[in-house]
Amino acid sequence: MGVEGIGARVTRKEDKRFLTGKGRYTDDMTVPGMKSAYFIRSPHAHARIKSIDASAAKSMPGVIDVLDGKQLQADGIGNLICGWMIHSKDGSPMKMGAWRPLAAETVRYVGDAVAIVVADSIGEARDAAEAVIIDYEPLPAVTEATAALEAGAPQIHPEASNNLIFDWQLGDPDATDRAIASAAHVTEIEIVNNRLSPNPMEPRATLGIYDSAEDHYTCYTTSQNPHVARLVMSAFYNVAPENKLRVIAPDVGGGFGSKIYIYPEEIVCLWASKKTGVPVKWTSDRTEAFLTDAHGRDHVSKVKMAFDADNRITALKVDTIANLGAYMSLFSSAVPTYLYATLLSGQYAIPAIHANVRTVYTNTVPVDAYRGAGRPEATYLLERTIETAARELGVSPAELRRKNFIRSFPYQTPVIMNYDTGDYEASLDAAMQAADWKGFAARKAQSEASGKKRGIGMSCYIEACGIAPSQAVGSLGAGVGLWESAEVRVNAVGTIEVLTGSHSHGQGHETTFAQLVAGRLGVPIDSINIVHGDTDKVQMGMGTYGSRSGAVGMSAIVKALDKVEAKAKKIAAHLMEADEQDVVIENGELKIAGTDKALPWFQVALAAYTAHNLPAGMEPGLKETAFYDPANFTFPAGCYIAEVEIDPETGETDIIQFVAADDFGNIINPLIVEGQVHGGLAQGIGQALLEAVHYDSNGQLLTASFMDYAMPRADDLPSFKLSHQNTPCPNNPLGIKGCGEAGAIGSPPALINAITDAIGNNGLTMPATPMKVWQAMHAAH
Amino acid sequence: MYATSYHRASSVEDAVKLRAAHEEGKYLSGGMTLISTMKQRLAAPTDLIDLRHIAALRGISIDGREVTIGAATPHADVAGSRELRAICPAICELASHIGDPHVRHMGTIGGSIANNDPAADYPAGVLGLAATVITDRRSIAADEFFTDLFETALEDGEIVTAVSFDAPEKAGYAKFNNPASRFAMVGVFVAKTSSGVRVAVTGAGSNGVFRHSGFEQALASNWSADALSNIAVDSSNLLSDLHANAEYRANLVKVMAKRAVVAAG
Repeated sequence: MGVEGIGARVTRKEDKRFLTGKGRYTDDMTVPGMKSAYFIRSPHAHARIKSIDASAAKSMPGVIDVLDGKQLQADGIGNLICGWMIHSKDGSPMKMGAWRPLAAETVRYVGDAVAIVVADSIGEARDAAEAVIIDYEPLPAVTEATAALEAGAPQIHPEASNNLIFDWQLGDPDATDRAIASAAHVTEIEIVNNRLSPNPMEPRATLGIYDSAEDHYTCYTTSQNPHVARLVMSAFYNVAPENKLRVIAPDVGGGFGSKIYIYPEEIVCLWASKKTGVPVKWTSDRTEAFLTDAHGRDHVSKVKMAFDADNRITALKVDTIANLGAYMSLFSSAVPTYLYATLLSGQYAIPAIHANVRTVYTNTVPVDAYRGAGRPEATYLLERTIETAARELGVSPAELRRKNFIRSFPYQTPVIMNYDTGDYEASLDAAMQAADWKGFAARKAQSEASGKKRGIGMSCYIEACGIAPSQAVGSLGAGVGLWESAEVRVNAVGTIEVLTGSHSHGQGHETTFAQLVAGRLGVPIDSINIVHGDTDKVQMGMGTYGSRSGAVGMSAIVKALDKVEAKAKKIAAHLMEADEQDVVIENGELKIAGTDKALPWFQVALAAYTAHNLPAGMEPGLKETAFYDPANFTFPAGCYIAEVEIDPETGETDIIQFVAADDFGNIINPLIVEGQVHGGLAQGIGQALLEAVHYDSNGQLLTASFMDYAMPRADDLPSFKLSHQNTPCPNNPLGIKGCGEAGAIGSPPALINAITDAIGNNGLTMPATPMKVWQAMHAAH
Repeated sequence: MYATSYHRASSVEDAVKLRAAHEEGKYLSGGMTLISTMKQRLAAPTDLIDLRHIAALRGISIDGREVTIGAATPHADVAGSRELRAICPAICELASHIGDPHVRHMGTIGGSIANNDPAADYPAGVLGLAATVITDRRSIAADEFFTDLFETALEDGEIVTAVSFDAPEKAGYAKFNNPASRFAMVGVFVAKTSSGVRVAVTGAGSNGVFRHSGFEQALASNWSADALSNIAVDSSNLLSDLHANAEYRANLVKVMAKRAVVAAG
C-alpha cells in the first residue's frame, strides 16, 4: 500500500470544488439565448384531457411558446419504455402501457406532464402556465397495489387488464409446497416494504440545445448514465441519431437510482429547443421532485418459512405484490424480479424457494430502483422472517442464523445466483463482539429500571453488485449489456487521463480511480485526471448504479492499464536495450530489474509520442481502451446489529448503538467506503424510522415537501461502529465487491427487529414512527 | 413567487402609512412562513412592508420582573438573553428550539404570534405567561389574542409592537417535534404566575393554541408532574394528521405537560 495507492485513506480530490461552491451542475450551465421551461402537470391522479387552450398564455409577456402532447406525437417523438422484458409464468410478455413524454389523452398520476411553457424567465413561464386552460374529465383513481388488483378497480392502461403488468415466478413451487407441508415448524408473516422518495440533494434538471446549422442536439442532464440516456433517446424516442446527440452529465449531486432513468423532461426540452429555436432549460423544484422522481420499494408480501425439527430451513415461499406506479419506468420490471427474488436465499442454505411476484399499475409516481433496488426488499423480508421464526422457536436469533449459514463456496442457490465466496460467520462474530451482545441483558435491565424499553436486533444481509454478465442478463430480458469501458490516455509528458464509462455523482471516482492508477505506476495522484459524463469525450459506457463502478468500472481500467503498461515496457526495453520481460514499473520509473538502468515514466511517454526511436513496427502513442464484462455478480455480505431504547410514554426510538460488519472484499479507499456505509445506513434508518410516501384516497400526494416527508437528520443517527471482513472477490482483478448500497440494504430489518424486540409486538410496519411504536405498545399490552 | 414590491419601514408610523397605501400589501416580520408561502404562489401580496428594521420594535427590556420583548426581536436574541434567562428561562428555552439557526436569526416573536400557526411555539409561551400583546393601537390579553388557526384579534393593518409579561414564579416548556418538519407536534407551556397556574398547549388543538383547565386546577393544588397523571385529555378537539392522530396527540399533551412541570422545577 502506498500513500496514494490502493488501500490508502486519500481525501477526495473532488471535494475542493464541492465544498467551496465551485461544482458545475446542470442548473449552473448557461448558453447564449437560453430560455426557461415550466412543465404544466396534471393536478388529477387520473383524468381524460378534453381540451387544452393555450391561446391566452402564448401572448403573455416573455412567452416563446406553449407546446403539448399532440404536437409532440405529431413530430414522431416516441413513448418512454421499460428496458427489461419480463414474461409472466404463462409465457406472455409484460403488459406495458404507453407513457407519452407529454400526456395527450389521459393523465395517470398527479404530476404527469401535460405541456411545456418556454419563456424568457421562469417567473413568466409560470405566469403563462396559469393562463393555460386545460379541461379535464376526472376518472376514478387507485393508489394501493392490492386495491388496484381487485375486481372493479379503476383501469389505468388498456393494455393491462386488472392493472396486472405481469405475474412472474422464480424457483420450484412444488418442491417448496412439499417441504412446507412436511415441516416441523412454519413461520408465516406479512411483510410491507414502505414507499420512499429518493431525494438527492440536487433536484433533476436538463438543458436542451438544438443547433440548426448542424442539425445537432446537446443535452445537459442530471444523469447517472449519460451514454444510456443517449442510446435510449436515440433508439426509442426518435429524438436524434446518436451521432447527432451529445449527452453531458456534469457534476451531479446524488442520484440513489433516481437519475438512472430517462424522464419526459429531457426529451421534451430537446424537442422544444428545436421547435422554438432557443436553448431550453428546466430545473425541478423540490415539490416537483416529490411528484415526479421515480419512487422506491412499495411491496406487500406474504411469506412462509419452513423448518425441520433441527431448526434447519427447508423452504421459503414468497408471494409479492409490487406497485410500479402509473407507468413502467426504465428498469422498473427488473427490480421486483431479478434484483429481488434472486436474493431470497440470503446467507442461508435453503433447499427449496419459490417466489411469485405480481406487478401492478396504480395512479402514483412510477416506481423504480432506489439505493439497493430489490435487495433491500429481499433482505427485509428474509431477516424479519428469520427473526420472527427464532422468537417462535424460542431460540437465539444469532444461533438460528448461524445454523443455517452457507459455508462452502461456490454455492448455487435455487434462485439463479451462484455465490462465489463469503464468510458470514466472520461478520456475525465481529458484529456481536462489537455490540457486546453478551452484555445486552444487563443493559436491558438498566433501561427497565429507568422506565425505558430496550431491544436488540440483527440482520445478516447478502446483496449482488456489479450486475452481470451481459450474456446472462440478456437471457433474463435486459435490453442492454452490463459491461464497462475505460480508456487510459497517457499524455506526451506522462500525465494521465482516464476516460471512464462510469459516472460519479457522489461516489468519489475522481479519487479512487486515480488511486488505482497512481498505485500501479507510482506516479503522483495529482498527475491523473478522471474524465466522465460526456458522450463526446468518453467512449460508450454503462454508467453507475448497483454498486458497479468499483467491481466493473475499475476492472475495465485495470485491463486498459495492463495494455498501457505492456506497451510502455516494450518502449523502455527498446530504449534501454534490455529484454521487456526484465522491465518493472516502480515509483514512476521503468527499471531494468537487477541493474541500475531506469527511465522516468514521462520519458517513456514522450518517446511514445515523439516516435523517434520506437521498436520496429510499433505505432506511436500511448493510449489504450478496454471493455470489461464481468463473469458474475459480486456478493457483498455482512451483519448489522441495532440496539434501541424506546420511551414508552411517547413511542420515541433512540438508537443506542448501530454496528455494521461488512465484507466488501478488497477496499480501495477506506475513507470513501466508510462514507458510503454511513450514507447507506442513514438512508436505511430513514426508511425504518422516518420516511414514507403517502397518498390520499384520490391520489393526491400528501408528502410533497420536507414539512411532511421526514428525512433522517444527523441527530436522528448514532455514531456507527464499522468493521470490515474480507473474502476477496475471485471474479474481478481487484477482488472488490461494492459498498454503495449495503448500508441501505442491511439496516432496516436490524432496526425493526430491535424495536419489536423491545416492545414485544411483532406487528410493527415501517416507518416505525413514534406514533406507530406507541400504538403497537398499546396493542401489545 | 409573483412579483412584489419590498418596502423597508423606518418607523411604526411609516409602516402603517405604507400599509394604508397598498391595499393588497402585507407586513413582513422575518417571513419564515410568508416567504415560503409566496414562493409556492399560495400568497401574492403586491407589497411587503418589512418591520424588522424598525429600531423601536427590537430588543428586550426588563424592569424588575416586568419583561417587554419588542415584536421584531428575533428568536435568537430571546434565546440568548442572559437577563431574561435569569428571571424566565422557560421562554429562552422555547425560543432556542424554534426551527433552525437560520430561522432563529430571521424569525421574530411578533411575526410568529401574528401568523398564529397552530404548530408554532410562541403562542404557547405567550398564552402560558398570560402575556399582553401590545399593538400600535391597543393592548390585547393573550387569552383574547389567539382566536383560531392562523387567526388573531388583530384588525386589518394593526401592528404588533411588543409582547409584555411578568416573569412567572416558575415556568417550563416541553415540546415533541413533528418528525418531518420539527414544528411542535405537541408543545406544552406551564407557568405559575401571579394570576395563577396556566397551562397552554400548542401543536395539538383543532383551533390552535389552548389552555387546559383540568391541568391548571390540578397543578394549582399540587405543583408536580404526578398531579397530572389522572387528569384526562379529551382528544375530540385535537388535530389528526399523518404523523399523529388525535388519540396519540392527547397522550403527548399529558406527557409533555408533565415534562414541562419537571423542567419548571
